[in-house]
Amino acid sequence: MGGSTPIITVDKVSKIYGNTNASTVALQDVSLAIASGEFVSLVGPSGCGKSTLLRLIADLDKATQGSLLVNGHAPEVARKNREYGFVFQSPTLYDWRTVAHNVELPLEIMGRAKADWKPRVDKMLAMVGLRDFHDHYPWQLSGGMQQRASIARALSFDPAILLMDEPFGALDEFTRERMNMELLDIWQTTHKTILFVTHSIAEAVFLSSRIVVMTPRPGRIATVIDIDLPSPRTFETRESPRFFELTTIVRETLKEEFVGHESCRL
Amino acid sequence: MHNSVSTPHGVRRQGRGMGRWLRLLAGYLVVFGLVALIWEGSKAVFELPDYKLPHLAQIVEAFGRPTPKGPTWLVLLQDAGYTAFEALVGFTLGSVTGFLMAVLFQRYLPLRRGFLPYVIASQTVPIIALAPMIVVGMGWLGAPPWLSKSIIAAYLTFFPVVINVLRGLESVDRDALLLMRSYAATDNQIFRLLRLPASVPYLFTALKISATASVIGAIIGELPVGSTRGIGVQIVVGSQYNTFNPGFLWATIVMAALLGMGGYALVALAEKRIVKWKREE
Repeated sequence: MGGSTPIITVDKVSKIYGNTNASTVALQDVSLAIASGEFVSLVGPSGCGKSTLLRLIADLDKATQGSLLVNGHAPEVARKNREYGFVFQSPTLYDWRTVAHNVELPLEIMGRAKADWKPRVDKMLAMVGLRDFHDHYPWQLSGGMQQRASIARALSFDPAILLMDEPFGALDEFTRERMNMELLDIWQTTHKTILFVTHSIAEAVFLSSRIVVMTPRPGRIATVIDIDLPSPRTFETRESPRFFELTTIVRETLKEEFVGHESCRL
Repeated sequence: MHNSVSTPHGVRRQGRGMGRWLRLLAGYLVVFGLVALIWEGSKAVFELPDYKLPHLAQIVEAFGRPTPKGPTWLVLLQDAGYTAFEALVGFTLGSVTGFLMAVLFQRYLPLRRGFLPYVIASQTVPIIALAPMIVVGMGWLGAPPWLSKSIIAAYLTFFPVVINVLRGLESVDRDALLLMRSYAATDNQIFRLLRLPASVPYLFTALKISATASVIGAIIGELPVGSTRGIGVQIVVGSQYNTFNPGFLWATIVMAALLGMGGYALVALAEKRIVKWKREE
C-alpha cells in the first residue's frame, strides 16, 4: 500500500434515480476513503451500485447527497483537471482510428505537445504488449487486445487514478486471468491508484489490496476486507489456502446479506 | 464478434484479384441473360409490337445508327455528358447544403424541431410539378439553362444527406460520449473527433442514393419544352418518334441508366478509399 493520505474520499453519499413517485435508491449513505497507490475493488451483485459509485467519482453522474473528493477536488474539478483515466466494460475504441491513434486521442484532446505523442503512445503500447499493432484498426483485434488498447489509452496522459468499470467482464476465463496478471504488473510499475469494479469475487481477491463488498437494494457497503496475500501475486496465488479463505469470507458476507434481505421481505 | 485473433491484411486479400472479378462478371452475365430471356420471351408470347417493346438487337442497332451529327451513340454520349455536368453541380450543391443542415439540426434542437417537418414535406411535393416552375422561373431571371436543372438535382440530393448524416451524427454510443466527458473534451472536440467521423459511413450511404437521384433530377429538369441539350431532351425526342424508330427511345434510357450507375460507382469507389476502418466483407 502507498501513502496514507486519501486520494479519494466518499462521504455519506447517496444516489437516487427518478422522481418522488418512482425512485430507485442506487446508493445509500456510502462512505469510503482510498489511499494513494491502493488497488481497491468494488465487488457485489448487479444492482449494488458499484458502477454508480465509480461514475460519481468520475463525475460522469452527480450524487444526490453527500460529498466526494478526488485528489483534493470536487469530482467536476478533478475531471476537468484530468485526474483520472476511465476504462469501460466495452473497450469503446473509436472504429475509425488505428490502435495508435486511439491511444493518442486523450493527448490530442488535452492539447499536449505533438512531439510527445509518439514516444508516449509507443511506451503505452509496449507496456500492454501491443507493440506490433500500432496501425491495426480495432476490428482487427481480439476482445482482450481491444481492452489492452483501452487501458493504454486511459494511461496515456499519465493520470494519478485509474477507474475501471468491469473491464474484463466480457472476456473468457483464460484471457481474463492473463489480463489480471498484466494489470498487476502495470499497477506495480506505474504506482497508480486503481479503483476496480467487478462482480467476480476471485478476480477482486486476486488483484486488490482492499475489497469493498457491496449489497443491493439499496446499494451500500456491507464490509471492507483487507487482502493480505503476499506480493507479487502469481498464478500460484490462486491456489493458496489464504486465497481460498479470503474468497470464502467475501462469499459468506454476500450470502448473509442476501439471506437477511430475503427474510426481510418474507 | 470481435473475438477472432487479428489476421494480417494479406490473408484477407486472397479473396480478391482475378478470381473474384471473374465470379462477379459471371454473375452479371447470368442476370443479363435472364433479363434478355424474359424480355424476348414476353415479346414473343404476348406478341408485343416493336413500338411497345423492341427487340434487344434493335436497341443495339439504334446506338450505331448514323445521324447528321455523327453516330447515335456519340450524340447520346455528348448529351449524357451535359446531363452529368448538371447532375454533378446539383449533387455537390445538394450534398453540401444537406450536410450543413444536418450539422445545424444536430447542434440546435429548436432548429430541428422547426425545420425538419418542412424538409420532409419538401420531398412529398411531386418534383415533376415543381420542375417546370423552376425551369421557367430561372429562365425568366436570366440564369444559364443548366442552372435550373442543377437546382432540381440538388433538391432531390439534399434530402437523403440531411436524414442520414443526422442519424450518423447521433449514432455515437453512450460510452463513447462518456469517454469524451472523462477527458473534459469541448463540444467542438466532441463534434470533430467523435460525431463527425462516426457519421461518415452514413454520409456515403446517403451519397449513393443521391448520386442516382441527382441524375434523375437533372433529367426531369430537361423534360419541359424549351430545353435543347441533355439526355432528357433525347428521351423526349425518343418517345415522340417511338413508332418510327422503336430502338432509339430505349437507347436513350440505357444511356440515362448508365449515367446513374456511373455516379453510384464513383461514390462507392470514394467510399472504399476513405472508409478504410470497416471490416472487409
